[in-house]
Amino acid sequence: MSVFTEQTRERAREIIARYPADRSRSALLPLLHLVQSEEGYVSPSGVEFCAEVLGLNKAQVGAVATFYTMYKRKPTGDYLVSVCTNTMCNVLGGQEVYDTLAEHLGVGHDETTADGTVTLEHAECLAACDYGPVMTVNYDFFDGVDPQTALGVVEELRSGGRPMPTRGARLCTLKEMSVQLAGFADEREGAVADGGPGEPTLRGLRLAEQHGISVPGYDPNTPIRSKAEADRAAAEAKAQADADKAAAEAEAKRAEAAKAQAAGVAANPPASDGKPAGDDADAQERSLKEAEAQQ
Amino acid sequence: MTTPRPETLAKLTPVLTKRWLSPDAWRIGTYEKLDGYAALRKALKAHPDDLIQLIKDSGLRGRGGAGFPTGLKWGFIPQGDGKPHYLVVNADEGEPGTCKDLPLMTHDPHSLVEGVIIGSYAIRASRAYIYIRGEAVHAARRLRNAVQEAYAKGYLGRDILGSGFDLELVVHSGAGAYICGEETALLDSLEGFRGQPRLRPPFPATHGLYASPTVVNNVGTIASVPYIVLGGADWWKTMGTEKSSGPMIYSLSGRVANPGQYECTMGVTLRELLELAGGMQPGHNLRFWTPGGSSTPLLTAEHLDVPLDFEGVAAAGSILGTTATQIFSDQDCPVYATYRWLEFYHHESCGKCTPCREGNYWMVRVYRRILAGQGTHEDLDTLLDTCDNILGRSFCGLGDGATSSVTSSLKYFKQDYLDYIEGRTAPKLSDKQLVGAH
Repeated sequence: MSVFTEQTRERAREIIARYPADRSRSALLPLLHLVQSEEGYVSPSGVEFCAEVLGLNKAQVGAVATFYTMYKRKPTGDYLVSVCTNTMCNVLGGQEVYDTLAEHLGVGHDETTADGTVTLEHAECLAACDYGPVMTVNYDFFDGVDPQTALGVVEELRSGGRPMPTRGARLCTLKEMSVQLAGFADEREGAVADGGPGEPTLRGLRLAEQHGISVPGYDPNTPIRSKAEADRAAAEAKAQADADKAAAEAEAKRAEAAKAQAAGVAANPPASDGKPAGDDADAQERSLKEAEAQQ
Repeated sequence: MTTPRPETLAKLTPVLTKRWLSPDAWRIGTYEKLDGYAALRKALKAHPDDLIQLIKDSGLRGRGGAGFPTGLKWGFIPQGDGKPHYLVVNADEGEPGTCKDLPLMTHDPHSLVEGVIIGSYAIRASRAYIYIRGEAVHAARRLRNAVQEAYAKGYLGRDILGSGFDLELVVHSGAGAYICGEETALLDSLEGFRGQPRLRPPFPATHGLYASPTVVNNVGTIASVPYIVLGGADWWKTMGTEKSSGPMIYSLSGRVANPGQYECTMGVTLRELLELAGGMQPGHNLRFWTPGGSSTPLLTAEHLDVPLDFEGVAAAGSILGTTATQIFSDQDCPVYATYRWLEFYHHESCGKCTPCREGNYWMVRVYRRILAGQGTHEDLDTLLDTCDNILGRSFCGLGDGATSSVTSSLKYFKQDYLDYIEGRTAPKLSDKQLVGAH
């Protein structure tokens, strides 16, 4: 237990305090990031530390730690180089980038160079497809890489340099990054300000700006209708409908239309919206079944 | 690059993205100058029920893929039940192709924070969480900074702006698991467990975080709220279609001249989006594309005029999903693309249910065989049969989504499969890779 200092314990207490008093287990993910920040991976003593501060057993903590990709199970290098090889980056050249780095470094997936600087991994989609192929170093982005630029980044890292990511903050070590993942602010001067938006992010906006396009009719002072008002409006609509109905005895056709309109106003949401709460799976399943039916 | 026609340019609706052009919009001072926290002041003067009604009236639907009406979801939270309520933002962006939430949180984090405060006030929650994907470190830096700034200004904490409303907001980083984008798996993860989906019902609206009433909304959904509060439901509905209102951030990636984020009126078509993006890259012709991430069935060049709203895409046999249009050309192989997506689903399957865990494991192996030139005609039947046993039989949408590209690519591009099997296409994977590079 000696690896973890009083400072770590103080941070652990701070993490636990973020969650409701009787729900301290919610602190487990940030705590695992915290022990990783000390040792570079989640070691057996890291698991024990989390178990101790949360009053869990080691099996409970271990089961969680092994579920998530970002918790490493053996010592890592200072820099985790992740190359996206999911479909889009892959066809744009990401696989070639990964293969080149693996061959050059002489390591495979989730392995570290002998000098302890670089851990290589192929990653699934990193949510930057408009910049593909991408790789990250300690999760900050290097966009539009090819084998040559990727090699350049890795070589600079191995010779002690810290290349600047295309977007995101200046690099820190993986251990330092894990402190941030545990939920602590990045204290480095200027780091939060680093990394402006790249061109793909702004493309649609630039086009709109060039051609003077904005959404018309926007008035920030538009009043919020109170429920009482809304109810009154609905009642008025109903009264109106009734009046129309009376008049309709003379002109049946016209009244029919007015009634339909009033009913539409009274029943606000579209009829098809009455689905069960937030059920992604069902919605998807239904659409797919419809697709099948159309085949 | 030819200039898009005026009628196509008119499809652009910069609303949620418009502050990205202002450097420093992530700082609270700049944000406040650009209408920031004006919606909060306005909302706190209204009755919470009126805000729920406003969101219902706007027709806002969830931006995370399923498109459930947001106001209805908020309205499901039982009031006066004596239990704590929670608002949880799903910021676990990871659906392949999807890349709209990260820029929003990086360049305009306060719009999300403001939306969280208004949403929490509406559903009477005094604690809110933003569950952000672990790998999204820069977005998390900016978001944590924004939360800190909001506390310092009295927009968060006790008695917000003298209204008597209290709210604690925590930014919680995940640790690398796609499944945590599924809302009940996210809640389990947030409670400190393995991120595995829960059986529903009960739904999160009554038994969510800590078995209490909980709203889980996507980043784009919550970030839309301040604009609706300011501009009103009628203004919001001037954008989009009758049942799919408002603007939507369309993310174009792949073989287009100018990939990137294009916020357009809902119902824009791929033909129009391509026109905005300067067309396909030289030498590439559109062959297949996903309308909203890898879990949505592939569409082809025949679907260029499908309106990209919830109804339009469903009518074309796919799903609007996250409006992540990944665009592939005649130089890309649909069999290989599907294989790579399956590797992803296989890796990300949480293992809770057998159809998804085993089905994806075996389908990956069948694909490797086909791509190594050792496939058989029977393999195609095996794939379809496996999909039949995953779709609708999995615990959650991850398994269902995995089958999308398999069945749709077999539907539109069966010849490509046959070309590998019958030896007309050179193997794309070597025997060495068959052993399992991944």
